[in-house]
Amino acid sequence: MPDESQGQRPVTVPARGGVGLKAQHYRTILDTRPDIGFFEVHAENYMGAGGPPHRYLTAVRERYPLSLHGVGLSIGADRPLDRNHLDRLAALIDRYEPGLFSEHLAWSSHDSGYLDDLLPVPYTDETLGRVCDHIDEIQEALGRQMLLENPSTYLAFTESTYAEIDFIAEVVRRTGCGLLLDVNNVFVASTNQLWDPVQYIERYPLPHVREIHLGGHTPEQDEKGRPLLIDTHDRPVEDVVWHLYAHAVELIGPIATLIEWDADVPEWDRLHAEAVQAEAVMAACCREVWPDAAAG
Amino acid sequence: MSKPILSAVFAGAMVAALGVASTASAESSMTMTQQMMMKKRAETKAAVSTGKYERCFGVALKGQNDCYAGAGTTCAGTSKVNYQGNAFKLVPAGTCTSITTPKGHGSLTPIKA
Amino acid sequence: MRRLGERQHGFGTAILDASLPVPEGLVDPDGDPSPRRFAVYRNNVVVGMVETLAAAYPVVRRLVGEEFFDAMAAHYARSEPPASPMLFDYGKGFPAFLSRFEPLADLPYVVDIARIERAWVEAYNAAEASPLSSDEMARIDLGRIGAVCMSVHPSLRIVRSRFPALTIWASNVDGATPAPVDLDAGGEDTLVLRIEAEVELRQLPPGGAGFLASLMRGASIAAAAEESFLADAEFDLDRTLAGLIDADAFTGWSYHLANKHNDGH
Repeated sequence: MPDESQGQRPVTVPARGGVGLKAQHYRTILDTRPDIGFFEVHAENYMGAGGPPHRYLTAVRERYPLSLHGVGLSIGADRPLDRNHLDRLAALIDRYEPGLFSEHLAWSSHDSGYLDDLLPVPYTDETLGRVCDHIDEIQEALGRQMLLENPSTYLAFTESTYAEIDFIAEVVRRTGCGLLLDVNNVFVASTNQLWDPVQYIERYPLPHVREIHLGGHTPEQDEKGRPLLIDTHDRPVEDVVWHLYAHAVELIGPIATLIEWDADVPEWDRLHAEAVQAEAVMAACCREVWPDAAAG
Repeated sequence: MSKPILSAVFAGAMVAALGVASTASAESSMTMTQQMMMKKRAETKAAVSTGKYERCFGVALKGQNDCYAGAGTTCAGTSKVNYQGNAFKLVPAGTCTSITTPKGHGSLTPIKA
Repeated sequence: MRRLGERQHGFGTAILDASLPVPEGLVDPDGDPSPRRFAVYRNNVVVGMVETLAAAYPVVRRLVGEEFFDAMAAHYARSEPPASPMLFDYGKGFPAFLSRFEPLADLPYVVDIARIERAWVEAYNAAEASPLSSDEMARIDLGRIGAVCMSVHPSLRIVRSRFPALTIWASNVDGATPAPVDLDAGGEDTLVLRIEAEVELRQLPPGGAGFLASLMRGASIAAAAEESFLADAEFDLDRTLAGLIDADAFTGWSYHLANKHNDGH
């Protein structure tokens, strides 16, 4: 059950299912106090000076553990990090004390402005150096470990010299950051790049994973008629992704698992059901392999 | 306008703004103002309870609710394809057509400044 | 080896300008160029910006129609992408863009509706502050009322219009039934405020917008009122002050220092 003790915010994000906090659900959540492991928000949506977003997040935060997910730091950019943005992030973390903070292996800052997408990076030594410098800078500025999320990608760079997993493993080794394993992204990128998603999961630096993301994707095709999956977060998690998730959980053990449903957002009960399903998968997979953890 | 006249106007304005009659008493202005505030509160309460309370600028309008979900970030992609046509070749076709001038023209006619 | 900075410059530029070719070296699993795959990023970025603007300017979208709005917004988005990842604040320059957008020249009031919607978003996200309480107001010495300066709530915005902009806005918000509006009915100035959770819009009385703007520049009540009387014969100080107090527009007051008299110029 959510921690209801007064004046004592639940700090740690538990090994349970959680969902992205959507404005449409603020009132239902505060009125009905659903039993859910945690909520996650995008940091950038709570960087305004005041107003209802902060009022609601404050109220939700008093009752539930929180995970903070950044989308705008542009860690993979050649350009320097935006120090003002880092300061805003530090202030937000001070205010809401999230149990986890994660960001993406991607870039979005451009000469002309901020490009609102998680753009892909070439896996080269040059990129590796930039990404590691940026993560060092972030972890120092925030005074805590950050989690790096594996991307959904739609194309490859001819200049890449690392496999994605090797690149991520090297970032972890150099910076000491943790990882966020987005299982839907694994399936989307693997399909689009003709990788083996099971092998991806097995080769991912699993001991460093602190959180898992699940979400829905949309099937399209490229000009050759090959499947091109788009990471749309606008529908339920696909069966194949649930199977991959089960495999990941068998290897990792029970872990904070977030449902991302950001477009065509359903009624609260439907969204909540996805988080409940994640907990059911966790319980089923971990009963034999991780009996101690699953017991709690 | 001279300063003394202005002051008189302002005093009257403030008194009116506080919702009380401008008849002065011998009491100090500080005490009087506080009494005015008490009276204003009582009057407002009474007016609200009888349904006769009217706001000075009319009832406030509200457009979106406090759970406005717009203009947020996303870490997802989209399968929607962006319109690539020439925006300059389109014509507005929304509810602007219900906006008229007394000359009886629709909204797409030039409007005199 | 291609430098990362150059790569990202080319990638981003080609995202915003769909007439540019897909940058070299971006390939499918066979190593072949794939415009369709690159187009996913173009769509993500541009559709994302259009949807952000649609969320921030719903009444403008209803007024001009979805197809027209989306095409117009994409045009704006490519020329003025967000300056920061704080997308709730994106679109500050949209009203000015609309005022220059040729196909809207016959609908000049749409620009003022956009200004109201922008004020709405800014008020929604503005800092919190407590309105002036009755007790605090009661400490004003009425003999010195003219020398009083008022501080206004951080969410307060004023939108002046030579059109009945608030009436048009109110009859085109989500859930409202658009009613015929007479454009020659006279201008409306709008007061936008968010004291508690909801943004509230009110029509300002004649001269009220100028009076408030003077106060916000630091003018005393005397100086602001004098300007307003001169600018608009219909200005009614009693009614304006009463309305502003009623709307909880003020958060504090102080006596104007005589030696730094500021009439707003």
